[in-house]
Amino acid sequence: MNRNIILAGVGGQGLLALAAVIGEAARALGLNVRQAEVHGMAQRGGVVQSHLRYAERSLHSNLVRVGTADLVLALEPMEALRYLSYLSPTGAVVSNTVPLVNVPDYPEEKDVLGEIEKLEINRLVDAGAVGKEGGALQAGNMVMLGAGAPFLELPHEALIAGIETVFSGKGASIIETNVRAFRLGLAAPRPTSTSQASFPP
Amino acid sequence: MPARLLLGNEALAQGALDAGLSAAYAYPGTPSTEITEYVLNSPDVADGGVVSHWTANEKTALEAALGASYVGRRAMASLKHVGLNVAADPFVNSAIAGANGGLIINVADDPSMHSSQNEQDSRVYLDLALMPCIEPADQQEAYEAPAHAFDLSERRRVPVLIRLTTRLSHSRGTITLGEKLPRNPFSLPDDPKRYVLLPALARQSYARLVERQADFVRESEESRFNRYTDGPDRSVGIIACGIAHGYVLDVAGGTCPHPLLKIGQYPIPKALLEKIMQTCDRILVFEEGFPYVEAKLRGLPARSSPIVHGRLTGHLPRTGELTPQAVADALGINRLPAAEPSPIPVARPPALCPGCPHASTCNALSEVLGSRPKGGVVFSDIGCYTLGALPPYEAIDTCVEMGASITMAKGAAAAGLHPAIALIGDSTFTHSGLTGLLDCVNENADVTVVIADNLTIAMTGGQPSSAENRLAAICAGLGVDCNHIRVIEPHPRNHADNVTVFAEEVAYPGPSVIIAQRECIQTAGRRARRKPRQGGGDAR
Repeated sequence: MNRNIILAGVGGQGLLALAAVIGEAARALGLNVRQAEVHGMAQRGGVVQSHLRYAERSLHSNLVRVGTADLVLALEPMEALRYLSYLSPTGAVVSNTVPLVNVPDYPEEKDVLGEIEKLEINRLVDAGAVGKEGGALQAGNMVMLGAGAPFLELPHEALIAGIETVFSGKGASIIETNVRAFRLGLAAPRPTSTSQASFPP
Repeated sequence: MPARLLLGNEALAQGALDAGLSAAYAYPGTPSTEITEYVLNSPDVADGGVVSHWTANEKTALEAALGASYVGRRAMASLKHVGLNVAADPFVNSAIAGANGGLIINVADDPSMHSSQNEQDSRVYLDLALMPCIEPADQQEAYEAPAHAFDLSERRRVPVLIRLTTRLSHSRGTITLGEKLPRNPFSLPDDPKRYVLLPALARQSYARLVERQADFVRESEESRFNRYTDGPDRSVGIIACGIAHGYVLDVAGGTCPHPLLKIGQYPIPKALLEKIMQTCDRILVFEEGFPYVEAKLRGLPARSSPIVHGRLTGHLPRTGELTPQAVADALGINRLPAAEPSPIPVARPPALCPGCPHASTCNALSEVLGSRPKGGVVFSDIGCYTLGALPPYEAIDTCVEMGASITMAKGAAAAGLHPAIALIGDSTFTHSGLTGLLDCVNENADVTVVIADNLTIAMTGGQPSSAENRLAAICAGLGVDCNHIRVIEPHPRNHADNVTVFAEEVAYPGPSVIIAQRECIQTAGRRARRKPRQGGGDAR
């Protein structure tokens, strides 16, 4: 077991909470964890990313080396594309399809999604629609946790326990919403607009 | 004790709490803020055992820690790298006066300037202050550094710098906690004269500090933060400082095939250095930040043997933070096959939040001034409002360092500029703007100071602003004419009125202050979520 993951998103999308849940799940399983994140100015609607690594063996670097990421898990599709150079040739990209357009030169949505679909292993999930249907609209990050879960190599119960730990100060109803969002993401259908994307069992 | 997953900053804070910390002071600044956030949220503060406060600036934080050390307590100040410039006076002189209770100064450097104006390396200050330094390599060492540094500080009667960099400060790792040490009792120094830096006494104290450098070097040579490990491939020897050590091990697959000197305590451990220099014909130096160790090894002119390579020779980028890939490239390790980068993503710069009061302030300013340069200059400062430099606002013209807005505007006004506007945040004003405004009053400068008062230190996560709701009284106390201290609410609905106020004060030929006061929408939102509204409430 040795996972290198790039988490990608935009300030305000809950990326650091997503990182914390996976990191906590891995830690509770006794794995060594390293997770780098960005604070400060960058969080104001700008690019936010996190490098997340966990393994049975000792880890020495907080950052993922180019070409070694097993997964790019993105809360926003253009952000998924920003980190492709980190991806190993056998790595997967799991991304939300809903663009967050806060710059004037945001590329065409179909070009962005088309670029992700070109990748050998990809999974696109409309976190907005999935969350809305399941009454968990504010928990798009946990929908994407569910969507990415097949690539994390962590038991689902461990991820749910991670949600409970990370959101423990926020009350039972917030935990319940986030766990529901996670399950919705796990079961999420491929958006109808996208072509055949390969997806491992 | 099960492993805990902590940020480097949190690990350092927990390490200090477990090492008998009594006092922690800080001014928030990325990437150092979480050290003090963690201390403030700890049970040790709640039960009164540890005193911790956000202070007006980094200088006052370090001086307060020095005072706590004077009476025998273990104390620390935490700041970002540019904050050490503000605290440079107490930093350098505290090394001469020395420590009584253990005194550590935690400085988080920000190579690559993720959230900073420069990427200066705090280790350079070691040469000014002649102070020892610990540079942890990972979260576990960040946890263990305070106990080691407090002990060193008390035995050698000298403050100790703990240097972190962004990728350790803001990276989580699994750490194992150690034992909790008791706190020091109150105990005055037995040789209090060393704190009196009158020239005659300071000369003696300084001479003793210089003499003790050999002791500090010996401490480094025996420190567990420094380690020499041999390797079979002696074609190159590796010196790796702080977190660079982890990158070397990572790209080497866990075991370095070359002789490797890990440096985590300064002054540089001479004996260990000589060992690797004698063993290898070529030395590669990996260090986050400046080529600090590399430059010391190269000397001028460059020594002939061994050859020293690093940031100064193009084997590593001269600027910016290290990455595992940069380290692998320098070691000649083949690049791994990777997916093709995509040309599609465009830049997504940070921006003011929707509904931010600073947006209204910027829009009103821009309407009054029109386009530059004819419309005057807005000298600005460090904070969220600095984002007013970017489209769509483009409302500010400068951002140099904390407090520079007011004094640069004053200097420019005296040199012929009109209008000369200063735009400064509430906390930046109390950090370093007060004295500049006093200068404005004393010189009757034709400047208009706009204090963007969002009632918090927003950029670093919403710490309390040190003079909340006292800014008008402070400006009046400094001597600004009360008729020219105006308070406005920066909100789109008040745009026309606010433009009028700006125009009036720009026309006034003396120092005036406009306090643009509306709470940060982030802190207001958090407060609203914490306390469900019970009628009334804050409708902003």
